[in-house]
Amino acid sequence: MSYFTPANIRMWSRLGSCGAHAMAMGYLAENDKSIIAMEADLGVHAGLDRFRRSYPENYVNVGISEQNMIAVAAGMASEGYKVFASTFASFASARPLDQIRVNMGYMQLPVKLMGLTAGLSAGFLGATHLGTEDMAIIRSIPNITILSPADSTETVKAVLAAAESDKPVYIRLTGTMGSPVVYKEDYDYRIGKGIKLRDGIDVAIIATGTMVAESLKAAEALSEQGISASVIDIHTIRPLDGEMIRQCLDCKLIVTAEEHSVTGGLGSAVAEEISPCAHKPPQLLIGLPSSYPVADSYEAMLEKYGLTAEKIAGKIAEFMKQ
Amino acid sequence: MVDASVAEKCRNAAKEMRIDAIRAMYAGGKTGTHIGGTLSAMDIMAALYVGVMNISKEKLQSDDRDRFILSKGHCSLAQYAALKQIGAITDEELMTFKQSGTRLYAHSTRDRDIGVEFSTGSLGQGICLAVGVAMALKKKGNPARVFVLLGDGECNEGSVWEALASASHFKLDNLTVIVDRNRLQHDGFTEEILSMGDLAEKISAFGPDTKTVDGHDMEALLTALEYRSEKPVAIVADTVKGKGVSFMENSPSWHSGRLNESQFNTAIAEMEGA
Repeated sequence: MSYFTPANIRMWSRLGSCGAHAMAMGYLAENDKSIIAMEADLGVHAGLDRFRRSYPENYVNVGISEQNMIAVAAGMASEGYKVFASTFASFASARPLDQIRVNMGYMQLPVKLMGLTAGLSAGFLGATHLGTEDMAIIRSIPNITILSPADSTETVKAVLAAAESDKPVYIRLTGTMGSPVVYKEDYDYRIGKGIKLRDGIDVAIIATGTMVAESLKAAEALSEQGISASVIDIHTIRPLDGEMIRQCLDCKLIVTAEEHSVTGGLGSAVAEEISPCAHKPPQLLIGLPSSYPVADSYEAMLEKYGLTAEKIAGKIAEFMKQ
Repeated sequence: MVDASVAEKCRNAAKEMRIDAIRAMYAGGKTGTHIGGTLSAMDIMAALYVGVMNISKEKLQSDDRDRFILSKGHCSLAQYAALKQIGAITDEELMTFKQSGTRLYAHSTRDRDIGVEFSTGSLGQGICLAVGVAMALKKKGNPARVFVLLGDGECNEGSVWEALASASHFKLDNLTVIVDRNRLQHDGFTEEILSMGDLAEKISAFGPDTKTVDGHDMEALLTALEYRSEKPVAIVADTVKGKGVSFMENSPSWHSGRLNESQFNTAIAEMEGA
């Protein structure tokens, strides 16, 4: 039986990426005793309260100790457990970085690390809780697969695929409850394979996370202005789908869009990929400036930093006039 | 009661291991080796590998092997000397320590073929790994034991205390934590760098069933390492840094160092005479 029914997809969207991830954890634990959800006292935030009650043997809360959590997860992983360790993206990346480096990077112990509330959705909690550099941080460590799902459907896909992978994986979850649905039905998801969601000639928008849905809307708005834009969902930041990205080299502009700092994230990864190519269009990096945002509501911050469909379309149209 | 013949076997192994460590250090001696903490830990290592642990060359990949984790990974040479005792590496390989092409790095590096479970050296992480392994073994119903060796300087790391708290909370009665209390760390005496005060009392306060032993008394070590409790066990082993080589003993300058020919000859003569 497929989990990807219209009813489930609607439910996951209502729950948002955190809740969808928790549902996926339940699907896994139902069939696999080796699944462990490991928490550093943010299990309720992760949406795992129901999971904890349903699968107490598969749930470990180590308390507020992220460094310990990563290495405990690695120790369990070395004994064959599929451990998904989760906390806010900021505490999942910067805080235990050396443990990530040694255990997941160097030893390649297949811990699955969940970066919850990545991007700006922590809103008024302020910059300590915002995950604006997590992709850059994890990208600096070799050997870790990095996934960044576009919506709740893809979040479920990513969690299920991570459980199948024998590699260490980092999954960053952006967006909030009631997130837009990009994938309305089951589809072929493979780690490392980008998905072209819309064709276009002039502009290629390479997006990840929440910016996929915004980019699709932006492309629609641009078409009304006579600008033809393709949209690609890069749900895997590493290994990056270089083949699909190089197919964009013939257009007039490459745009990268991410709810993350423009330093070290998707935009940087794409720039690194195409830098050796002699003939390439300019690249417009849409993302957060390398700074700490002033706390505000999620919607207000997205607006302020230009991460809405309207602002993305505006920036692209302006760039195309030059 | 400790079997006297086992204790004697472990003492002989420790003596050989100290000599082997000095030989390997001298053979690969272009750069400094963490010899002080290697020698302080040697009796503990001999007690574990020769006396207590369910481990052998044939058992390196076996699921019922006892797991050992060297959290003080800079003293990898103590582990390599122990692995030679069980035949996991040859004397020839031991002499490749820190030389081009070797598998034997200055910090323990995960290599299941020779029985090194994890890469350590970034301090305060091995004990957390040990908690994870112990938790996994309990969940699987695997009766194997987990031993982890830390330095006392390493106990400066906050993650050590996170791990101790979780070991107790999760009732990891299959875990034994050993601290090599040689009272010296990289920059000098532990009590001058960052006093840990009564380390055993601190560890005990975090929950483990904690004992202090003379870390060079083989009978005492074997008794402490065999001991099981309903709680995780912690052993604070009072040791002498550089144990066995007079000019290294309790000397801050031999945390890491290299030997000239005359020092090498003196060290070997002292240990052979011991």
